[in-house]
Amino acid sequence: MDPTRLTVREAHDLLVRRQLSSLELTRAALARAHALDEKLHAFVTFSDELALEQARRADERLARGDSVGPLTGIPFAAKDCLSTRGVRTTCSSKILENYVPPYNATVVDRLDEAGAVLIGKHNMDEFGMGSSCENSAFFPTRNPWDLERVPGGSSGGSAAAVAAGLGAFALGEDTGGSIRMPAGFCNVTGLKPTYGRVPRYGLIALVSSFDSIGPLGREVEDCAAVLQAIAGRDPRDATSLDAPVPDYLAGMQKPVKGLRLGIPKEYFAAGIQPGVEAALRAAIRQFEGLGMEIHEVSLPHTRYALAVYYLLLFAEASANLARFDGVRFGLAAGQGAENVIDLFLQTRREGFGPEVKRRIMLGAYVLSAGYYDAYYLKAQKVRTLLRQDFAAAFGQVDALLAPVCPTTAFKLGEKLDDPLTMYLSDIHVVATNPAGVPALSLPCGFADGLPVGMQLIGPQLSEDRLFQIGHAYQAATDWHTLRPPIDGGAA
Amino acid sequence: MTTYEPVIGLEIHAELRTHSKMFCGCSADYASAPEPNTLICPVCTGLPGAMPVVNQKAIEQAILVGLALNCTINPTNAFARKNYFYPDLPKGYQISQYEHPLASHGWLEVLEDSEAGPQRIGVTRAHLEEDTAKLAHHGDHALVDFNRAGVPLLEIVSEPDMHTVEAALDYATKVRAILRTLGVNSGDMEKGVLRFEANVSVRPVGSTALNTRTEIKNLNSFRALARATAYEIERQAHLIESGGTVIQQTMGWDEAHGVTVAQRGKEEAHDYRYFPEPDLTPLEIDAARVDAARAALPELPVARTQRFVKDYALTPKEARLLNSETALADYFEAAVQAAMSPARTVNHWIAGELLRSVNEKGLDLEALPVPPGRLAALVDLVTGGTINANTGREVLGEMFASGKTPETIVAEKNLSQVSDQDALLVVVTQILADNPGEVAKYLAGKETVFQWLMGQVARATRGKADPKVTRELLEQALANKKHP
Repeated sequence: MDPTRLTVREAHDLLVRRQLSSLELTRAALARAHALDEKLHAFVTFSDELALEQARRADERLARGDSVGPLTGIPFAAKDCLSTRGVRTTCSSKILENYVPPYNATVVDRLDEAGAVLIGKHNMDEFGMGSSCENSAFFPTRNPWDLERVPGGSSGGSAAAVAAGLGAFALGEDTGGSIRMPAGFCNVTGLKPTYGRVPRYGLIALVSSFDSIGPLGREVEDCAAVLQAIAGRDPRDATSLDAPVPDYLAGMQKPVKGLRLGIPKEYFAAGIQPGVEAALRAAIRQFEGLGMEIHEVSLPHTRYALAVYYLLLFAEASANLARFDGVRFGLAAGQGAENVIDLFLQTRREGFGPEVKRRIMLGAYVLSAGYYDAYYLKAQKVRTLLRQDFAAAFGQVDALLAPVCPTTAFKLGEKLDDPLTMYLSDIHVVATNPAGVPALSLPCGFADGLPVGMQLIGPQLSEDRLFQIGHAYQAATDWHTLRPPIDGGAA
Repeated sequence: MTTYEPVIGLEIHAELRTHSKMFCGCSADYASAPEPNTLICPVCTGLPGAMPVVNQKAIEQAILVGLALNCTINPTNAFARKNYFYPDLPKGYQISQYEHPLASHGWLEVLEDSEAGPQRIGVTRAHLEEDTAKLAHHGDHALVDFNRAGVPLLEIVSEPDMHTVEAALDYATKVRAILRTLGVNSGDMEKGVLRFEANVSVRPVGSTALNTRTEIKNLNSFRALARATAYEIERQAHLIESGGTVIQQTMGWDEAHGVTVAQRGKEEAHDYRYFPEPDLTPLEIDAARVDAARAALPELPVARTQRFVKDYALTPKEARLLNSETALADYFEAAVQAAMSPARTVNHWIAGELLRSVNEKGLDLEALPVPPGRLAALVDLVTGGTINANTGREVLGEMFASGKTPETIVAEKNLSQVSDQDALLVVVTQILADNPGEVAKYLAGKETVFQWLMGQVARATRGKADPKVTRELLEQALANKKHP
């Protein structure tokens, strides 16, 4: 048995039966991660020492048999935008290259309490700005299915690592597809929860109104177990929801017969790679076979989603990134500067990459006097229309099915010099974030040897329903069980 | 030469006296911090990922102030980000209220005792925000202390309704008294918990135009407010008279030279790029919460003034003077409680001798060396006739100097008024015997001599002679000489 191939559920079964220790599991994960990361570059930082310590504590818990949960003793890693006390947290930016937070993000604390074992921090597009993980200031992450291709972004390190078995699951973050898109490119399962379902305290913000922390795993059940541990109100995050957290693992087992699945016609318009569309159509037939009703629906304002998303992103990100000024933490360039403005300028000039600078400038522009109404305010109004689109659709169906990305994983460098084309690869995943609704990304086949992802989108707080449908699909299909041939045809 | 009248609006920044900061749990009592950067956390230092949570106590206090300023408390208010870079601003934006302030449309009456009668000054809005850190400059570098960063700050903005420096001063005084009465701000200007900004423009008397204004920032005392405003009014009037134009700019106040100095011109005017704070949800304040706050309002200076008039038989002007300072009104009431003498007499001493000493010596009303009980005792000594008013003033001076009780001073200096008839009769008889010429003049009809004789008795007793008894004895003795 190779412990790095286990799902969370499988590993948990072995741990509680004492057939495997957390220390063994963690050592195996670390060894594989160190070895394969030479090729993948999925990690920015490894936290071996902390991981071994947490694994020992988990083993003690398992030995005592008290307060053992589905994640106790399970190794994972977190996207590098989640603050980890004592473990460097960079957002894959030079400006935070040596920043070690003095505190944990709420989700990191919650996983620690659940007994999970943090083995390291995942590479990402700098501050989450990108769709390919090439915008990391350190190195691009490779797609384990084809090392010449991108893993998607911005949680590219997380998706690549989970696909390659470097940790059993990952904590990612989705601002406009950043969990789902790389999950689709790397053949893993990922959830963008309802906005506010998972507290953001300690998440280095990209877009405060959209940012959603969520799990990436090898199957729906693993994602459900992680969400169970991290969801719920946090008094330190005023935007976190006070709604009760249902028992996701129990609710998941219910049959899906009779549930209504909507196919938004705007998401199947021209421009989708034929192999991707074929995989999606096959998935629809699969759901039909499971007894679900299929309905075509319309989200008429979909064509504005990308503009709304990016305008609001630019605006909020420009303010969220203002605190990186070299005064209190992180890079402090310009030590010989004549005045404080030069210190700010030089720190930010040296610390931020080109995509980050581009978005900050655009953000300052759309918020500036005279342009605010035309851009920011207009975008907020259209955002309401996007929300209404979803609300209307969910009056007719229980969930929507859509592609995650119009294409499979593209080659490194292919879109790097063309930001607009890069932005367009997010077209199917961005609308959910301004609308605040949850979406589950699932493997649904292959096109030309590369994974194809689909997403199930539900109304607010319908994660249980999405898990239920996704679990039924995975019980009937094998796509999610396929592993990339990264260590010599092991798939 | 044209006569100009000023148009003045005030912005008052008041730190709220909450236990914790506006958006985190750190202590807001930065003045008591043992050293810099000890009352800090990821939130108030703007660490990546930290998030604000609204301090409900600050909301309560702001509602109280809004109500006391006759404002509407807005049921939906929201926070916004005010974006600018400065080393004392940890996040690169200040969380403030912009489009949706907590309170708006209020007013306050000032200069009730002026010839023109009371004037109503509009209060545009009162909104919550967070204070910045403190910078300390050392030669070629600066240090930042974040203990103050995030302390709740209430900004109270007036309409440009004031047309004299006196009106501006009275408005500021009244706002301060309200804040202190509500217990939400100590009013301690020296500690910077209350700061003024004045917007000033001038126009020919009779005009209703609102001309280009300047903004004088960081006025940290009433004196600075008065001097800077007066200077700026003069400056603008002279500028216009000499053919110049006032340009919109931010001015600083140079206390040492007594001049306002331009800080930055319009060309550098900030675009703060306000937008709604996405880390906070809109703040709903329901009617029940406003009603509860209204019920919890303490007696405000205006009401207390009315009560002083009614209960203590003071004139409105006297009552207003006492209520210009919460501490003064408190002092008065405590003294009245302790004294046997009538409240009017107590007020006479407080408004006269006591305030004169306080102002001369620049003393803090809250920590006077003469507590209200001792002033009451002094007033009672005068009223009861143990000492006369002149001696009373002398004793009060000594009380300020030595901190002793009036009884001790009177006993030590043997100042008790002589009202013993026998003792005084000896003195009176002696005076009359020593001054036969003056007595003769009196008997011949020159009545003014009587006062002179009174004075001689007072001199002989070093002021201790009870004037009433002296008068009776003198009259009796002189009558005896007339009709032996």
